[in-house]
Amino acid sequence: MKLLVLLAILLLIIAGHQLLRIIELSRGLKKTKDWELTNSDNNAMGKLMLTFMILFLLAFFWQTHRWIDRSLPGSASEHGLKIDWLWDVNMNYIVVPVFLVTNFILFFFAYKYRGNTNRKATFFPHSNTLEMIWTIVPAIALAFIIIFGLKYWNEIMADAEDPNKLTIELYAKQFDWTARYGGKDGKLGTTDFKQIGGTNQVGLDTNDVLGHDDITVKNEFHIPVGREIELLMRSRDVIHSAYLPHFRAQMNCVPGLITAFKFKPIKTTEDMRKDPYVIHMMAAINKQREKFGKDPVIFDYLLLCNKICGENHYNMQMNIVVESEKDYNAWMAKEQAKKTGKAAVASK
Amino acid sequence: MGTKHTETALEHEHATHHDHAHDHDEHHETFVSKYIFSMDHKMISRQFLITAIIMACVAMTMSMIFRFQLAWPGEKFAFVHAILGDKWAKDGILDPNMYLALVTIHGTLMVFMVLTGGLSGTFANLLIPYQIGARDMASGFLNMLSYWFFFVSSSIMLASCFIEDGPASGGWTIYPPLSALPEAMPGSKLGMTMWLISMALFIISSLLGGLNYIITVINLRTKGMKMTRMPLTCWAFLITAILGVLSFPVLFSCALLLIFDRSFGTSFYLSDIYIGGRPLDNVGGSPILFEHLFWFLGHPEVYIVLLPALGITSEVISTMSRKPIFGYRAMIGSMLAIGFLSFIVWGHHMYMTGMNPFLGSVFVFTTLLIAIPSAVKAFNYITTLWKGNIQFTPAMMFSIGLVSSFISGGVTGIILADSALDINVHDTYFVVAHFHIVMGLSAIFGMFAGVYHWFPKMFLRMMNKKLGFLHFWITFISAYGVFFPQHYLGLAGVPRRYYTNSNFPMFDNLVDINEICTIFAIIGGIGQLVFLFNFFYSIFRGEKAPQNPWNSNTLEWTTPVANIHGNWPGKLPVVHRWAYDYSKPGQEHDFVPQTVPLAEGEHDGGEH
Repeated sequence: MKLLVLLAILLLIIAGHQLLRIIELSRGLKKTKDWELTNSDNNAMGKLMLTFMILFLLAFFWQTHRWIDRSLPGSASEHGLKIDWLWDVNMNYIVVPVFLVTNFILFFFAYKYRGNTNRKATFFPHSNTLEMIWTIVPAIALAFIIIFGLKYWNEIMADAEDPNKLTIELYAKQFDWTARYGGKDGKLGTTDFKQIGGTNQVGLDTNDVLGHDDITVKNEFHIPVGREIELLMRSRDVIHSAYLPHFRAQMNCVPGLITAFKFKPIKTTEDMRKDPYVIHMMAAINKQREKFGKDPVIFDYLLLCNKICGENHYNMQMNIVVESEKDYNAWMAKEQAKKTGKAAVASK
Repeated sequence: MGTKHTETALEHEHATHHDHAHDHDEHHETFVSKYIFSMDHKMISRQFLITAIIMACVAMTMSMIFRFQLAWPGEKFAFVHAILGDKWAKDGILDPNMYLALVTIHGTLMVFMVLTGGLSGTFANLLIPYQIGARDMASGFLNMLSYWFFFVSSSIMLASCFIEDGPASGGWTIYPPLSALPEAMPGSKLGMTMWLISMALFIISSLLGGLNYIITVINLRTKGMKMTRMPLTCWAFLITAILGVLSFPVLFSCALLLIFDRSFGTSFYLSDIYIGGRPLDNVGGSPILFEHLFWFLGHPEVYIVLLPALGITSEVISTMSRKPIFGYRAMIGSMLAIGFLSFIVWGHHMYMTGMNPFLGSVFVFTTLLIAIPSAVKAFNYITTLWKGNIQFTPAMMFSIGLVSSFISGGVTGIILADSALDINVHDTYFVVAHFHIVMGLSAIFGMFAGVYHWFPKMFLRMMNKKLGFLHFWITFISAYGVFFPQHYLGLAGVPRRYYTNSNFPMFDNLVDINEICTIFAIIGGIGQLVFLFNFFYSIFRGEKAPQNPWNSNTLEWTTPVANIHGNWPGKLPVVHRWAYDYSKPGQEHDFVPQTVPLAEGEHDGGEH
């Protein structure tokens, strides 16, 4: 088999070589050189530029039409609605129009002014007016982007000051997440990475009584809807990034630091599962899963790792359940009972 | 300014030899001094180009392997097995660690070896002495060292792919602690050490080259070559070199501290870490310090990659539109502005790192300012085409391609620069799409434009136009085909550097988008064979180059069609006008070389 492949390659090389020799020999007979442009070259390439432009712009609309409903569903957090609004304004009124218009003009000019031996170009070295226009117009557009962007950014990144806030710690390590709640006193205990080990997987400082009632959960954590959630993030080993795309929330988890991000969920998991956009999306997902022979799934909020962290970076996930305050309290009570149950077993 | 340099030693030595120059046996030259340890800027330029082409092929093959994995995760591919073997691709299924390694080395080779070393090294070396009318670089010896440091650096980077634990695999940004701790991943063992050594050598190469470019441009311009008459290519190389000289030393210190942390137990970047079943002693350092140092180079680096490409296209678009570049002074001004701003925007890579949000808002402001000079450049290119007489050489087509990708990739930068909007697309495929289009494609298109345009000066022969057309269309279409759909992956929230997206049901409906990207990548990859064939074939068998094939104004086309030391036999040319007198009214031809004296009452274009 390998011999055959080698023979085929050898034959191809010989054939190619012969072909080149013919081309080289015939080169001497031709008047035009194989590098010099002719009018017909310019004509053809100019038309191809125009064709490309049409196909390119059509492809853009086609992709958007086909794939835009695969985008993340509308924000499930309060601040995320503002981000979505700002995104749409920027995209629809600045980014996409500029992209379409400038590409159109670029390729249209390329086509319109394609070279010809009879043409003469216009000597037009500069124009202060034009240059002022395309300095000032972008500057105005940017002023808008900067003002709104910074306004929202400062709101989003302000410290969580809601007295009713729920503080949860996300603890990242290679390659999973742990969420920690304050327990009965609602306060998180301090930590000391040197005390990690045994059952103390998040490195609680055992000298700090605040931490004794802390609740830790894996694989899934619950949050109540309509209440400000303050996420504090730590990492055990390398940089990770807590990415909660449905809530428009993201923050790196950096060893040696505690980072923070706050958000207020406005839709429960059940709400999302009833959302027509999400239903449509999940149907498409399940259709594809059927092709792969995988089981169908229902919608869940997810926490992903979004900073390269090693071999299993691609599989570092945690489910998030958003539910009513009542359901959340019930879940929390159950987790607390689990903890006391375990402690009781341990003390026996 | 340039008169005192016209009487150089080189001139005495070689002025009389130009008649023999073309017959390959120049006097006093051995094979080693001519082809290996050459101090001639033209030979060094060719050395850079060939090395960069090899590096680009390696980096592209790597991307092909991981594109297969992304489109068809878990499938077995014989070619992957053939390249990577049992250890890294058992049964032809790519190993997750090797996936990360490929992503890392692909990025490193492309950004540093191909688009920094390759692009600047090739064209700054070739064009600066030619276009400013100099005999050679200010220091031929440093120039030679610059190439050989680059060569050794590239070799070490390649060699690191063949070691037991695999090459560095923490991403091309090598954030510690991942890159600092051998326990964190196999790629952070010997592979990372080699990466750092290679990078240190690369920085030396880049500094030697950069200093040389700056000194040459400032001191060795020929008589009459005022700064305001200099072609935009040389302006671009000058600004690029300044950026490099100011920012690469910071990367050097950044890498050095990482070497200390890795090998000598310091804690610059490490604190409170528990790994491999034990707490580490390191306390007090911060990975964010690394990120600041890294991006202080990393962002100017983007423009180090981009500006030479913009310089090349400025020259090509003007020449091939047969029109002066529109707004010559605005073009210089915008390059200076971009160069300056590039030093105060690095924090936009760090909005989500835990850096103080107030600092983030400062970077939002400075980053968005860059859009203004960029917009000026884009519109000036488009206006240069307006009412031109466009000659579609392959170089011109790649230049138009560059303007398109510069715009298409640039506009999404407006989104990413806005920290509030960056929250949800940070580190997703939206970013991958953005920087590949605006930086990767633009720079590589600029490089292709340069190769097609100056091939006759480099190899004294012409490349075939039809193969050039074919190469352009395949490359251009497939490049957009690979990267444009990735915006939509980003909108769906797909993080970058995922070995597979199949572990998250929410990404299952994106398989076809990934398949489209990969199919275009395959087509684009195969399309590069057309270029490789055209390139190497034309070096040996292409048609002989005429004196000035593109009817261009710049000085390099006044040199004889031969690679001679000192570039011009006899005296250096004297410059009388700017480089862009194309289709000037009242002139016989549609171009007026820079060496033609101004007629009585004639106005010099660069003076306005």
